[in-house]
Amino acid sequence: MYPKELRYSSEHEWARMEGTRVRVGITKFAAEKLSDIVFVELPQVGARVTFMQPCGVIESVKAVSDVYSPVTGKVVEVNTALADAPEVVNSDPHGKGWILVAEPDDLKELDKLMTADQYTKTIGEAT
Amino acid sequence: MKTTNDAHVTLTRHVQHKYIPATPAEREEMLRVVGVPSVDALFADIPAAVRLTAPLRLPPALSDPEAIAHLGELAARNAHAGAMPCFLGAGAYDHYVPSVVWALAGRGEFLTAYTPYQAEMMQGELQAGYEYQSMLCELTGMDVANASMYDGASATAEAAVMAKDLTKRDEVLISTAVHPEYRQVLSTYTRPLGIKIVEVPHRNGRTDSAAIGAAVSDRTAAVIIQHPNFFGVLEDGKGLSELAHARGSLLIAAIAEPLSLGILRPPGAWGADIVAGEGQPLGSHLNFGGPYLGMMATRQEFVRRIPGRLVGATVDTKGRRGFVLTLQTREQHIRREKASSNICTNEALLALAAAIYMASLGPQGLRKVAELNLYKAAYAREAIAGIKGFRIAFDGPTFHEFVVRTPIPPEDLNRRLRRKDILGGLPLGRFYPELADGWLVCVTEQRTREQIDRLVAALEEIR
Amino acid sequence: MSAQDFPVIFELGAPGRVGASYPDPDVPAKPLDRLLPADQLREDLPALPEVSELDVVRHYTRLSHRNFSIDEGFYPLGSCTMKYNPKLHEEVAALPGFSRLHPYTPAEDAQGALELIWGLERVLAEISGMDRITFQPAAGAHGELTGILMIRAWFDSRGERRTKVIVPDSAHGTNPATAAMAGYQVVTVKSDARGNMDVRALREAMDESVAALMLTNPNTLGLFEEHIVEVEEIVHGRGGQLYLDGANFNAVLGITRPGDQGFDVMHMNLHKTFTTPHGGGGPGAGAVGVKTHLAPFLPLPVVEKDGDRFRLDADRPRSIGKIRAFYGNFGNLVRAYAYIRSMGADGLRQVSETAVLNANYVLARLRDRFDLPYDRVCKHEFVFAGTRQKKQYGVSTRDMAKRMLDYGFHAPTIYFPLIVEEAIMIEPTETESKRTLDEFIDAMRAIDREAQENPDLVHGAPHNTPVTRLDEVRAARQPDLRWRPR
Repeated sequence: MYPKELRYSSEHEWARMEGTRVRVGITKFAAEKLSDIVFVELPQVGARVTFMQPCGVIESVKAVSDVYSPVTGKVVEVNTALADAPEVVNSDPHGKGWILVAEPDDLKELDKLMTADQYTKTIGEAT
Repeated sequence: MKTTNDAHVTLTRHVQHKYIPATPAEREEMLRVVGVPSVDALFADIPAAVRLTAPLRLPPALSDPEAIAHLGELAARNAHAGAMPCFLGAGAYDHYVPSVVWALAGRGEFLTAYTPYQAEMMQGELQAGYEYQSMLCELTGMDVANASMYDGASATAEAAVMAKDLTKRDEVLISTAVHPEYRQVLSTYTRPLGIKIVEVPHRNGRTDSAAIGAAVSDRTAAVIIQHPNFFGVLEDGKGLSELAHARGSLLIAAIAEPLSLGILRPPGAWGADIVAGEGQPLGSHLNFGGPYLGMMATRQEFVRRIPGRLVGATVDTKGRRGFVLTLQTREQHIRREKASSNICTNEALLALAAAIYMASLGPQGLRKVAELNLYKAAYAREAIAGIKGFRIAFDGPTFHEFVVRTPIPPEDLNRRLRRKDILGGLPLGRFYPELADGWLVCVTEQRTREQIDRLVAALEEIR
Repeated sequence: MSAQDFPVIFELGAPGRVGASYPDPDVPAKPLDRLLPADQLREDLPALPEVSELDVVRHYTRLSHRNFSIDEGFYPLGSCTMKYNPKLHEEVAALPGFSRLHPYTPAEDAQGALELIWGLERVLAEISGMDRITFQPAAGAHGELTGILMIRAWFDSRGERRTKVIVPDSAHGTNPATAAMAGYQVVTVKSDARGNMDVRALREAMDESVAALMLTNPNTLGLFEEHIVEVEEIVHGRGGQLYLDGANFNAVLGITRPGDQGFDVMHMNLHKTFTTPHGGGGPGAGAVGVKTHLAPFLPLPVVEKDGDRFRLDADRPRSIGKIRAFYGNFGNLVRAYAYIRSMGADGLRQVSETAVLNANYVLARLRDRFDLPYDRVCKHEFVFAGTRQKKQYGVSTRDMAKRMLDYGFHAPTIYFPLIVEEAIMIEPTETESKRTLDEFIDAMRAIDREAQENPDLVHGAPHNTPVTRLDEVRAARQPDLRWRPR
């Protein structure tokens, strides 16, 4: 359920290395917890993001949740499709529901994140 | 004997009150179920040090007839617009309120309901809110309106805070032709947030475009004007919003008299980004300053930054149209310290009254009332201008208010008028020291020609 | 609009129909463009509904039937004090001497109104133990902002800069939102196992950077803060100010006074404790009481009495300024004043005694069916957790609340305070009879049974309301905030 090739943060974001870039989203666990997502506030392309600092906001009907950046770096792409279809974060959180792509200052930062096994353990789910 | 009497009084202390149905027998039974010997035991967790040991020192309770008589006596000591012609305006307007407005808005089903948290059984309030939002959009020419704010002044202040959030800039320009109390409230709201307020002096009773053009900069979050302004004069909304937009600033239009929009171009048509204002003229009475109705409307793209409640249409499980409070994540009960405002309770009942008022008048009625205000004020303005010693302070076009320069201090003038059972206009010296002889006169559709003629005759006598 | 939709007023109109009557002008009517510049004139009339007077009357009467109110039934909405709103108050507030009084009427011609404000200040000062009171705030949250701004101004006047405000984790959302609006950083302090604010956590959080603690007492769990004396010492000991959110004042009238508990500022929701009707979401009225040291900072103006005359005093250089135009929601002050004068000291004490007795009675008769996270004598309200029903039958608190509507009651407050899972917060108030409480208790017990025996019935609730459960997700994803012709 939680792909091995992703790294996971304690705040339920995932990070996928794509060459020198990193794609970021929220985990299935987080998406389910938020239930029906109605709005995603994205950062601007070119904005700086900092490791485990808020870089966006996800809203359901009755809850608001910050998205924490799993890397430090610069935003090079954001998922503009979410403006019209925020529900994709629910239906495909690890795929089409991605939030942003960043160019990290230091790829090694990803080592601070959890593996899929570690993450599933923290949320108390079996793989 | 006296001691016995006192003991008797203590034993029968209980007086059955009409608002509290529990009888002594029911109290005893409930205490038994709870399992405590007395009501006092229910308060045992309050530290003795802070518990009252003596009754509150309040005036003795009044029966209903006594209460009505007492309140009636207090009301009778006020000189009100129903008792004599009133030429006061300045952000609070004496308009005719059709009987249907409060006959309907005052129904217990609306009056004694809470905020519609359980939408399924609160469709009445919610739909009325949606209708109000829709009508306010029509009136102002804006895309979206919220369900209400407290009043015109606080709505204007919240609009400035909203502009700061939208633009990420920290300075607000405001014309001194905006209601002085609105400016005071703006300053109270924005001071702790580090927003710098720059007051731009009016010129001949109008916002000074050149001064605005010179003051607006890349730091300016918004330019705030009032239209018609505090002096009753129409502003060049289009020109001022162009000046604001040229530097990426927003234009906030404070509308203290929404009835003027029955004939004036709506702010949405001349470039306003946020409309804030006072909805009291739309079906609410003067009420000595409150409750009033804060209006707020904006462009579609800013909807997620608007403070306050929003009603939205949706469907139920059977596909029928229904209404809910929506986009609630902006609000304090969800976002807490990150909310767009702390506003919770607002002025829903007055918004309902405004909806009933606007629906009753319709487009034709609204136009007619606006014209009546315009004509009568124009008639009075012309007549007063013709009295020796009096002159009109500013030559710009006005709606239903205008400033007169008086030959004697306006406070004295008002005292003399009062002896003839006329409530005169507002002396401006308290707000504008340079206008110590300035007298702001308002003539609504409520004033008859005969009343205006009486005013003019009285002024002629005074001179 | 589909055939089964209840119409929106716009849909009832016909071009040319009118619902109001105005005289023709009795002064010369000139063409508009001779009175105003042409470019200032509206081109199209606003597209308001075009309906007759009877259309308006029927439409809004029918809408009123699609509403639930205290006049119709029991409203056990915790934290909101939905008590009876006396009809007498409406009558006196509508007297033209009040309702048609212009706010800029010279003081000598508004003596009755000013005396009422002054008199209301006196009685509320006695009830609250505060020294001065402003009536300018239009609601509770507005009062909070006023109070915190006064605290801020007081620190400024002493040359002290403090940056934080502490709120307990059980606080109303308005408290942290207010602190942020007043430019403060919010520090949250947790509650202890008995439902009090955790005194140890407070002691750790409280230092010289904290301007104020915002506390609700009784708190939002309906429990009196047992350590209030200690809390007062901790906050004042580090130079902070103590703010009371008076939303729950209905529990302690004539029993204990916030001023005596050491609070420096408090707001009172006149639309809760003092019976002014809530109007479906306002107008409220948030009176704010302060101790003497904060009085110079009260909003402008205040009412003063000289001899037997009353006047508005705006010459107060240390004031925070104005928080809204004019003097506040005066119409509600008339109602609150009438209420207090009708009740007297004994009546007000009976209010709180009965409100607390009623709450404890309902609690006692339902506690075998619902989880009670904090098992103490409650004040005017209490909080259950719907956790057992959720775990055992998959029926959530929201489901049970919706089912309550089918029984002809408003639902309790749900999912608040945030620290109680599946929270159900019940406040009966003193104006409900034992008979009504018993009916409510029976309904709650029936719903608990239904949750077990027929959970689908509860999931699908409400069934008897004008509409069934509404799609809030759709409302938020595709906001439809105004009517447009389709």
